[in-house]
Amino acid sequence: MAKPNLDHPTLALVKQRFVGVKFLAAEFRGQTTLVVPADKLHDVMAFLRDDSACAYNFLSDVIGVDYLNYPAKGRSDAPGGGGRFAVIYMLVSHENNRRLFVKVMLNPSRDTRGIEQDPSLRVASVCDLWPGAEWPEREVFDMYGIRFDEHPDLRRILTWEAYPAHPLRKDYPLRGRGEREGYRVVGRDSA
Amino acid sequence: MTTTDTHTEQAYIIERPEGPEPGTTDQVDVQTEEMLVNMGPQHPSTHGVLRVVLRTDGEMVLEAVPHIGYLHRCAEKIGENVAYYQYIPYTDRMDYLAGMNENWTFCLAAERLGGIELPRRAEFIRIIICELNRIASHLVSFGTYGLDIGAFTPFLYAFREREYILDLFEMVCGARLTYSYLTIGGTTHDLPDGYLDKVTEFLDYFEPKIAEYNDLLTYNQIFIKRTANVGVIPKEMAIRYALTGPVIRGSGIPYDLRRDNPYSLYPELDFDVIVGDGEVGELGDCWDRYMVRMKEMVESCKIIKQCIEMIPPAGDGEGSYRVKLPRNFKPDVGEVYVETENPRGVLGFYLESQGGPMPYRCKARAATFCNLSVLNEMCRDVLLADVPAIVGSIDVVMGQVDR
Repeated sequence: MAKPNLDHPTLALVKQRFVGVKFLAAEFRGQTTLVVPADKLHDVMAFLRDDSACAYNFLSDVIGVDYLNYPAKGRSDAPGGGGRFAVIYMLVSHENNRRLFVKVMLNPSRDTRGIEQDPSLRVASVCDLWPGAEWPEREVFDMYGIRFDEHPDLRRILTWEAYPAHPLRKDYPLRGRGEREGYRVVGRDSA
Repeated sequence: MTTTDTHTEQAYIIERPEGPEPGTTDQVDVQTEEMLVNMGPQHPSTHGVLRVVLRTDGEMVLEAVPHIGYLHRCAEKIGENVAYYQYIPYTDRMDYLAGMNENWTFCLAAERLGGIELPRRAEFIRIIICELNRIASHLVSFGTYGLDIGAFTPFLYAFREREYILDLFEMVCGARLTYSYLTIGGTTHDLPDGYLDKVTEFLDYFEPKIAEYNDLLTYNQIFIKRTANVGVIPKEMAIRYALTGPVIRGSGIPYDLRRDNPYSLYPELDFDVIVGDGEVGELGDCWDRYMVRMKEMVESCKIIKQCIEMIPPAGDGEGSYRVKLPRNFKPDVGEVYVETENPRGVLGFYLESQGGPMPYRCKARAATFCNLSVLNEMCRDVLLADVPAIVGSIDVVMGQVDR
């Protein structure tokens, strides 16, 4: 694998501002990712938005990823080096015409098949910085069960309120749980 | 519309008004009750299955809470379980009014993941087809927006022209709505013989029509009265809510990925980024967003004309419509996020590859999903009749919102 090119000018600024915080950085096909510890997320995001040299005024999207059984080795942000879940923020600076991924890795502390609250699957909401984060964060909550602290209205958005799972987790079966799981398969012989 | 409460299916008084007891002589003002009005999910002016719960005080809307998810088809879960090629038809069904553009974004993401470069002819075919689709999509938006406001005739004109474009699409791929024409590494077929002449014929026919639409609807006094100064999005709000496409450009911000983060061969083409200018009302109102779409159709015509001049003739090398790829497409390990300018805004595909034949994670950033999130902010203290005008001006396609 080629050595990543970490020339992104924002990385140096973040490093300079947050002395003593351990960051990871990755680059693939010209797109740079900054991996931030979960407890520092809000500070880093506020810095990226407000610092005049960074000026990331536009939060394009919030993406959730589940790295259960992720097979690829040798990536700094892969499990082992990272965690089970990731929340990725896609930042755009209109002024500098620059893009940056910010990634937070989270590890669950309990079984992920249910929908019970998990105290370690929490991360600070950035809705106070970008109100547009409200719906994407709701979607990540809906699909992965990651809760966002201080979110103004954390409800499920695409599935209904009483939905019994977080369906994009990798341990959720493709055909869903419940009625379809127990279907008897009728073959030619047994029919 | 029916008057219901979300939970008890009954209208009820949310808050008792301050003041003297009802029936006493001190009371002179007519008291109104706040009422929850349910609009949708089956409603002609919500453009699909959007449900909005409106908190109203008489004719005034105090709050509008959108409820989405009625068309959720688990597209992202499916994306993690099918091969890259197999996912292309699913992208058609997200934004079913601009299927080609959705195909393109997904293919571009897969190509970036695989590090594939396309021949020039393939790129030009894609631009021509996708700009045609942009015109078709804006035509639907224009026609149905008139319908929302109460003007029936423009709808028929818009669909007449759209039909022409659908015939052109039928010529290249046989389908009229869900094309799957663009594929990883190019397109599925080359353009048929004489196709570019047909496109030129269409442009010659279509371009004068835009002035006709402007006479018919755009500068109609009733239409202006209904849309000017309604649903204003200030610049600051547009950025904070991550709005894109005609919605952010209508607010006067020239953010167009074709120019700002160019992909394909857009840097070689000459076109203008259209922004709203507050011609008949405040900057960023419904009319501005509508007008951006009308002017963008002209720009799309300009782009297609240049492509027809520049496209290399069919042949090998740069004249090929695709690159040959193995049937079992396995890109490198990594993650990419590719954004393109769709008719409705920025569509992004996030693909994470583990080196296998299927994406590990496939996420679509739907433009209308983000654009719709500003609805509540826009629908504060507006008249009930303005709500369809506002929803229509965002130009939602629920297939893309819910995925």
